[in-house]
Amino acid sequence: MDWTALFLSLRLAFWTVVILLPVAILGGRLLAFRQFRAKGLVEAAVMLPLVLPPTVFGFYMLVALGRNSPIGAFWQQAFGHQLVFTFEGLLVASVIFNLPFAIQPAQRGFEAIPTALREAAATCGMSPLRSLRKVELPLAWPGLLTAMVLTFAHTLGEFGIVLMVGGSIPGETRTIAIAIYDRVQALDMQGAAVMSATLVAISLGTIAVTFALSARLGRRLA
Amino acid sequence: MTLEVLIRAAAPIPLDIAFGVAPGEILALVGHSGSGKTTVLRTIAGLWRPETARVTAGGAVWLDTAAGVALPAWRRRAGMVFQTYALFPHMTALQNLMAAMDRPDRAEALRLLGLVNLDGLAGRRPAELSGGQQQRVALARALARRPAVLLLDEPFSAVDRATRERLHAEILALRGRLDMPVILVTHDMNEAQLLADRMLVIEKGAALRLGTTAEVMADPVALRAMGIREAAAMLSAVVAGFDDDGLARLETAAGPIFLAGVDTPPGSRLRIRIPAHEVILARARPAGLSAQNILPCRVAALHPGEGPGVLVRLRLGSEEILSRITRRAAADLALAPGDEVHAVLKAMSVARDQIAAAGA
Repeated sequence: MDWTALFLSLRLAFWTVVILLPVAILGGRLLAFRQFRAKGLVEAAVMLPLVLPPTVFGFYMLVALGRNSPIGAFWQQAFGHQLVFTFEGLLVASVIFNLPFAIQPAQRGFEAIPTALREAAATCGMSPLRSLRKVELPLAWPGLLTAMVLTFAHTLGEFGIVLMVGGSIPGETRTIAIAIYDRVQALDMQGAAVMSATLVAISLGTIAVTFALSARLGRRLA
Repeated sequence: MTLEVLIRAAAPIPLDIAFGVAPGEILALVGHSGSGKTTVLRTIAGLWRPETARVTAGGAVWLDTAAGVALPAWRRRAGMVFQTYALFPHMTALQNLMAAMDRPDRAEALRLLGLVNLDGLAGRRPAELSGGQQQRVALARALARRPAVLLLDEPFSAVDRATRERLHAEILALRGRLDMPVILVTHDMNEAQLLADRMLVIEKGAALRLGTTAEVMADPVALRAMGIREAAAMLSAVVAGFDDDGLARLETAAGPIFLAGVDTPPGSRLRIRIPAHEVILARARPAGLSAQNILPCRVAALHPGEGPGVLVRLRLGSEEILSRITRRAAADLALAPGDEVHAVLKAMSVARDQIAAAGA
């Protein structure tokens, strides 16, 4: 059992969720409530990671974050090492390929709020920020929760992009999914089986607990 | 804190409307759906911005497209009651009220809930309240904002008739305490006539007629827009007592009248809506009739419509009622202003929801 890989996966999933939560709130809200000309294009771009092969996505991430890219060069100068094949580089890729999992459910959550309720918040004298805090977030939370759970679970399970952008550096970029692949390559079926079962248990547990929790809270609100 | 409104727009519907509402006055905006009445309300609240508009409440300019002033909805002191209640479902009744206060004041919120007869229900969530109760919370929440203007958007259209009657009575009871301009949007002429001081009839975005409810309800042009069968007059009455058969005996300026459907105790003051098409006219006092009310009165004016009907305004002492008869009947009776006639009214012709308690 590769505990380092498991811990790395959990760490990556945690930070991805932390970064994507505000992005999901702002982006989901924007797409739910605002009408603008490029909205269709933005929605399509957000969905792109769902349909692209991980290799294609990973390739572009390598190009965008590599040493010869503006981002990569800046990173090299600022921190003295390159961005790709590091945990930070993996986190950047993880945040981007999880955008559809975070923004889509959040958008649906905000869209479920009747327009009249947001108007009522305004006529009750609530500023947009106060309305977000007191009315929109409490009502959109099932969508936001789904967004965060999906992001967390999906980060644990992602393989192709991690391999392309991070490689398989123990303690740095070797996530549990990569570790399982390595075990299988080394014909260690026993080790692969243990880690696979662990990953299934963690993913299933996360989703089950969240759904149970949301059902209970949902009943209280209904 | 007078409210002044001027709106001109070409889209989404053409609008050309200007009016003012004084503090404590209830103005009803009436018109068919799609006439633009709700858009007027939303413009005042700040939920819609027409091309050209000016809205001032007291001295404060809320919207002036010419001067580039447009306060967002949350910076206007407009209390709004939505057709769908729009209560915050995750908050209790009390929390809904406190959410509308600049400085949440629990005691004041409880007082307002008491004012709309919701004592003891402060801890309930909207889902645990009936439609009528939710609408009361919505009204109390609008008042909790300490509004400079109270806006009611078809507030009683989603509740059943019995609840609507009770809510009407409560609004009338509250009247004395509403010291801000009140605008009521409705397509229910009965409701407008029972509750409002003045009416603005809107048709296809244009102000067709603005006047007191009595003026508007006797105006053929306004009535053509609203449907001639809506023509009706309001008669003040005091309940004198009940006869053994259940009919109420009411004292009016025209003498005693008998009506079914009255359930307020003797001594209560009522306003009764008498539909014009229910009133029959006779030159001589008729005998041998089943109708229980024969009221001597004088013809004040005749308004022929475009169709076969004539609207007759009748003076009874200090009050006026309306009768809608055919042109042929008016010719047969040779009716002219100043003539003495008898108005005949069945005791059954006034529905329960056309009777309202008169404000003190």
